[in-house]
Amino acid sequence: MAMFELTGVRKSFERTEVLKGVDLDIADGEFISLVGPSGCGKSTLLRIIAGLEDQTDGSVRIGGDVVDGIRPADRNLAMVFQSYALYPHLTVFNNIAVPLRMRRLSALQRLPLVRWLVPGTRSAECGIHADVEKVAELLGMRDLLHRKPAQLSGGQRQRVAVGRAIVREPRGFLLDEPLSNLDAKLRVHMRTEIAQLHRRLAATFIYVTHDQAEAMTMSDRIAVMMDGNIIQIGSPDDVYDDPQDLRVAEFIGSPKINILEGATVGEDRALVLAGHRIPISVSEQAGRSISVGIRPEAMRLASSEGALVSGRLAHKENLGAEVLLHVDVDGQSAPVIVRLDHGGARSIRIGEMIDLTFAMEDLRLFDKAGRRVGAKAAQKELAYG
Amino acid sequence: MSTARGISLWGLLRHVLLLIAAAIVLLPFVWMIVTSLKPQSEIFLSEIRWWPERLHAVENYTKAFDRAPLMRFLLNGAIVTVTIFMLQVLIALPAAYALAKLRFWGREAVFALVLFCILIPPQATAIPVFLLFHHLGILDTYAALIVPFTISAFGIFLMRQFFMTVPDDLVDAARMDGISEIGIVWRVMLPTALPALTAFGIFSIVAHWNDYFWPLIAVNSKELFTPPVGVATFRNEEAGTDYGPLMAAATIIIAPLIIAFLLAQRRFIEGITFTGMK
Repeated sequence: MAMFELTGVRKSFERTEVLKGVDLDIADGEFISLVGPSGCGKSTLLRIIAGLEDQTDGSVRIGGDVVDGIRPADRNLAMVFQSYALYPHLTVFNNIAVPLRMRRLSALQRLPLVRWLVPGTRSAECGIHADVEKVAELLGMRDLLHRKPAQLSGGQRQRVAVGRAIVREPRGFLLDEPLSNLDAKLRVHMRTEIAQLHRRLAATFIYVTHDQAEAMTMSDRIAVMMDGNIIQIGSPDDVYDDPQDLRVAEFIGSPKINILEGATVGEDRALVLAGHRIPISVSEQAGRSISVGIRPEAMRLASSEGALVSGRLAHKENLGAEVLLHVDVDGQSAPVIVRLDHGGARSIRIGEMIDLTFAMEDLRLFDKAGRRVGAKAAQKELAYG
Repeated sequence: MSTARGISLWGLLRHVLLLIAAAIVLLPFVWMIVTSLKPQSEIFLSEIRWWPERLHAVENYTKAFDRAPLMRFLLNGAIVTVTIFMLQVLIALPAAYALAKLRFWGREAVFALVLFCILIPPQATAIPVFLLFHHLGILDTYAALIVPFTISAFGIFLMRQFFMTVPDDLVDAARMDGISEIGIVWRVMLPTALPALTAFGIFSIVAHWNDYFWPLIAVNSKELFTPPVGVATFRNEEAGTDYGPLMAAATIIIAPLIIAFLLAQRRFIEGITFTGMK
């Protein structure tokens, strides 16, 4: 088990810069997710940590040792790949045994037939056998050991890939979108399983995903990556409640945060939103346009006097436990999404006008460049950036 | 009714055409086998006789084995083709792996050269290779029969194309597990590429078993003759116009290939269609 320190890691492929100086410290035993849209550099960063890719600049330390230029196998990390990458010609048992054989047997002891003539092969094989069985037990796949990967379902293959990773007790686990080839139901199940595995092994997990739900549900900390940079890192709650960048706010959370176009006006730099003057003071010069983020669950139905935003109900999604209302608001390009509890808005029909309100402290304000902007109520401080 | 009839008529026509085409290809072989069963007196009849009245098989085949060291030719053929194939694999697999999965400066240029080499006919290089071997003093040896074919540009190309379809993740997983690059070639790529390798093996073995041109140039001693060269000289020197034993010898030398093909038929088709990954 080990901590990871990345300093100023850069990576360029020919002329495109994929990573633009990433600094990241990962604590021993932490479950950290690298999350971001495809092409943000998260997989490249993971491959650099693994040693499968050399960084153009910067350095990686694992457990205090600089590992730059050290072969992937000698870094003592295990990786689970999106495509599982099982050896198609080997049985499950042999797939899991490969990393152990490579470590514990000499080159001579791995040769077919000749191996049994070398002293020590038999006892080493016995040890390997016991370890593989133990892992198979842990993952509940003892009866699959003699099958080939082609005879397994997606979930089973995934489990074998995990087994191959944990069998040699590495210093850390690198997981590259391990769930994205599974169907939705299995994905939710495996999420729980991986989180439990992390608790049981108490090892460092670095988990790459483009699915914010996976990152939110499993991680101790989330690092949100965009365009080759980590733009925010923090606990799932931090990143959700307190996004420092418009792109983070939009990426984390489903359904997506509502972004309304507003502006600052007057000497007290009040916020004007959909024709309403909101009684807060924005720490940004007057006359600037402001993107106002409001999570769907922060929206409330209001009486017409208390309305801050009004619009026409365009669509209603009933998800059972909750209802999502899509409301077209004049002057806004995207419909505003409102999340209500089960049974909410039952009487409202599509096409009717509805009035919405929200609490001042639920507003997240961003300037034109997407940076978070602070805001104050007339008297007391509400949110800060 | 009329359409069904139209289809069956077309189907009939199609099969007749196919049968004619098949007959054109197969008839010489059938004639060879039938001739090998006939006595001399029946071979030169003016009528076409598909089956001999007097079966002369035992005589012809024993004569074939008596008159020329056919077993020796077959053994030479086996030694040469199997050694060529093994050396080709030994060279083509690592080369194909490097061209498919490693990133290095000039990779595309090297691959273009490989493609270019496929275009060079072996006859074009025969004289320079002959002179080179003369200076090395290895003419008229097994080495002379084997060495020119150890590097197969076609083999490198074929295996490289197959390796391109092997997911990169598999290679990376092997690296994480601690398998060296050379180890990846033999422990990971070779087993996954077995269908392609079988296909290449059949191409290679058929080509070199049947090769007449190079063995004719490279060796003089009868002990080193490969089957086609052996049978050709058999006709010139020993048998004269004795076609029965000659056809028997010809049948014997193509038999191993046909038997091997029948045994490996399924794998061969698999290899050609490149199925079976994942």
